[in-house]
Amino acid sequence: MAYVAPAPAEVEEVELYHAKSFITKYVFSQDAKVIAIQYSFTAIAIGVVGLVLSSMMRLQLGFPDSFSIIDPADYYQFITMHGMIMVIYLLTALFLGGFGNYLIPLMVGARDMVFPYVNMISYWVYLLAVLILVASFFVEGGPTGAGWTLYPPQAILEGTPGSGGGIILMLVSLIFFIIGFTMGGLNYVVTVLQGRTRGMTLMRMPLTIWGIFIATILALLAFPALFVGGVMLLLDRVLETSFFMPAIISMGEQLEYGGGSPILFQHLFWFFGHPEVYIVGLPAFGIVSDLISVHARRHIFGYRMMVWALVAIGGISFIVWAHHMYVSGMNPWFGFFFATTTLIIAIPTALKVYNWVLTLWKANIRFTIPMLFALGFIVTFVNGGITGLFLGNTAIDVPLSDTMFVVAHFHMVMGVAPLMVIFGAIYHWFPLMSGRMLDETLGRIHFWVTFIGAYSIFLPLHYIGFQGVPRRYFEMGETNFIPPSVQDLNAFVTVVAVMVGFAQILFFYNLFKSMSSGEIAEKNPWKAASLEWQTPEQPPAHGNFGDELPVVYRWAYAYGVPGAKDDFVPQDMHPDEVGGEGAHEASKE
Amino acid sequence: MGLFSQLAEKPWTPEQAAIDDRHKGVEFSLTTPQFGLRVFLGFVTVIFTLFVVVYVERMVFADWKPMPEPWLLWVNTAILVISSIGLQWAWVSADKGDADGVKKGLYLGGVLAFAFLTGQLLVWQQLVVLGFYASSNPASAFFYLFTALHAVHLLGGLVAWGRTAIKVKSGMDMAKVRGSVELCAVYWHFLLVIWIVIFSLLLFT
Repeated sequence: MAYVAPAPAEVEEVELYHAKSFITKYVFSQDAKVIAIQYSFTAIAIGVVGLVLSSMMRLQLGFPDSFSIIDPADYYQFITMHGMIMVIYLLTALFLGGFGNYLIPLMVGARDMVFPYVNMISYWVYLLAVLILVASFFVEGGPTGAGWTLYPPQAILEGTPGSGGGIILMLVSLIFFIIGFTMGGLNYVVTVLQGRTRGMTLMRMPLTIWGIFIATILALLAFPALFVGGVMLLLDRVLETSFFMPAIISMGEQLEYGGGSPILFQHLFWFFGHPEVYIVGLPAFGIVSDLISVHARRHIFGYRMMVWALVAIGGISFIVWAHHMYVSGMNPWFGFFFATTTLIIAIPTALKVYNWVLTLWKANIRFTIPMLFALGFIVTFVNGGITGLFLGNTAIDVPLSDTMFVVAHFHMVMGVAPLMVIFGAIYHWFPLMSGRMLDETLGRIHFWVTFIGAYSIFLPLHYIGFQGVPRRYFEMGETNFIPPSVQDLNAFVTVVAVMVGFAQILFFYNLFKSMSSGEIAEKNPWKAASLEWQTPEQPPAHGNFGDELPVVYRWAYAYGVPGAKDDFVPQDMHPDEVGGEGAHEASKE
Repeated sequence: MGLFSQLAEKPWTPEQAAIDDRHKGVEFSLTTPQFGLRVFLGFVTVIFTLFVVVYVERMVFADWKPMPEPWLLWVNTAILVISSIGLQWAWVSADKGDADGVKKGLYLGGVLAFAFLTGQLLVWQQLVVLGFYASSNPASAFFYLFTALHAVHLLGGLVAWGRTAIKVKSGMDMAKVRGSVELCAVYWHFLLVIWIVIFSLLLFT
């Protein structure tokens, strides 16, 4: 029986805001694609600041007596700002504000986000948060040096660098970030749930959208904890309340504080902080699934399980937070509970890794640059995940706590791994965003230098950590238990880190040069099946889909369908056009 | 369709495809703004819940001294209840297409919300006169924090209320303002519940 096409789309057209001037089109834009690019540029710009700060720290660690411009206070400030910038202002903003805004409407077949005005405000509040953060570099005393965890009491006490204006601006900036994010998050969740086009059922959504969707829900549940902690810490600092501050003698003087609980702050912070790892991780998992599938010309292995794993990881991530606090003097049973949940979360995570690998198994792998980065991600993620199993166990964590091993672990798992995905995603979607290809050779050099460089930096740090070298130390001085070879290793790491840092210039050069004079991309250059590549124009115009919204007939992974005229079948291709029998198997009914 | 059957779908099978082609999948039977507001209220609920958890946690420490309970708070609570009733009245009237009722209900609700905020400021003043500063005890610090946060949310609501009131005043079609009136009413009821929780916390601890 021939396939009978369903009646025309019943999805209601929404009234779209049409910008009339340059300012409303490109500056105060309500178009999610423009907002996405604004988010991305801001996030990457502040990320470069974070990168420079890390190089400064490395210079100090590698060559302790050579840089008189860096004093211990600077060092703490660099650590703090590097951590905060990278985790929140770069990764969270880029994955959700950048990729989320660009991809959600396009991939679910919507003309825009459901609340475009709120979406616009979201970006401007985020920018304000970034500016406040940057302003803290210029106040008296400089930015806060409390460490990115901002633990009281030291975070707000005199003696910690930046305890004047720095810490206040930091907390205010975070509060604004959360307000801005909430406005964006509202859009992402509601657009995914209500704004899909006909045929785009939840289980036909690309995994990218699933990852961003679940991560946004996590963020909407986790950021409140940071908000609560941040507001109360701010009051402790400004109004001298004692929410978190115990009775304390500082510099020989009894302070007004008394009775507060610093551990309470730690719980709040990590109740946000652990899900935050997955707020960054889940979009990366989703995007990498799509990259692998497209560039290996094969449907993703175990699609449903991939969705379940995302949901499961999201859920479990809320009951593991205290594994960051094993050394805070907690009840051992408490630690036992959190160690158990932490190890359980490895199950859905491992499942995802197996499915990525099984997707590659006997696939038609094309070693494009996005694929290289995707493979780089899998290897790095497994690496960082395994050291996570070490640290998740209380007994192993206690001696390793606060050593360079921890630094190496989280940089692998939530620094390098998501960054691999970000680079892969930029190489993958750049043709869609700009209509031009990035330079292939520069891209390959960029990948190999970054990939090998990242391992040369972070593998030695594991070893240094095993030797007992603590993190957050300005210099070691005369320390008996640390062999002198550690210093040589540190110098090596620094040299590589600076080189990798500079290698990113290649990437930016490629980005800016290709934007204006790159090779014009053919339509859908990677031959991807998902909806964002099927727009009438490339890059997609305002309203995304021309006169009529697309109607979706299949999932986003129809690659290598037997009998079809091409090796991929776009999600919105009418079954009659597919050719052969295979593509829309519904034609068999 | 439940969450689990949803997640158990097999999008690649012909049988499922035949079903999926005909609709856009699960959605909530709410308009987009209604749904957006629910998500936002969820977010605010998490914030206040965490504050309450921290409050209870902080209470057990030795330096906790309970606050006095100014009688004015009872008056404010009553005002907020009537304010909420006013918006409910506006909502019901909007459903009936009764423009006059919408106007009266909306104005009553808004004016009383301002009265509530003024009342809260008076309570603050009384407490300060009695010597309860934010820094003097965690209980008073929490009180100022809770009331301030609640007031900020109410102020945000008043912005939305103002926009709705302008629409109503300009004589816009009831069918068009109905949605905005409903959102205001739902938000007001939500803030009333939050206030009652905060107030009970103060009374019983």
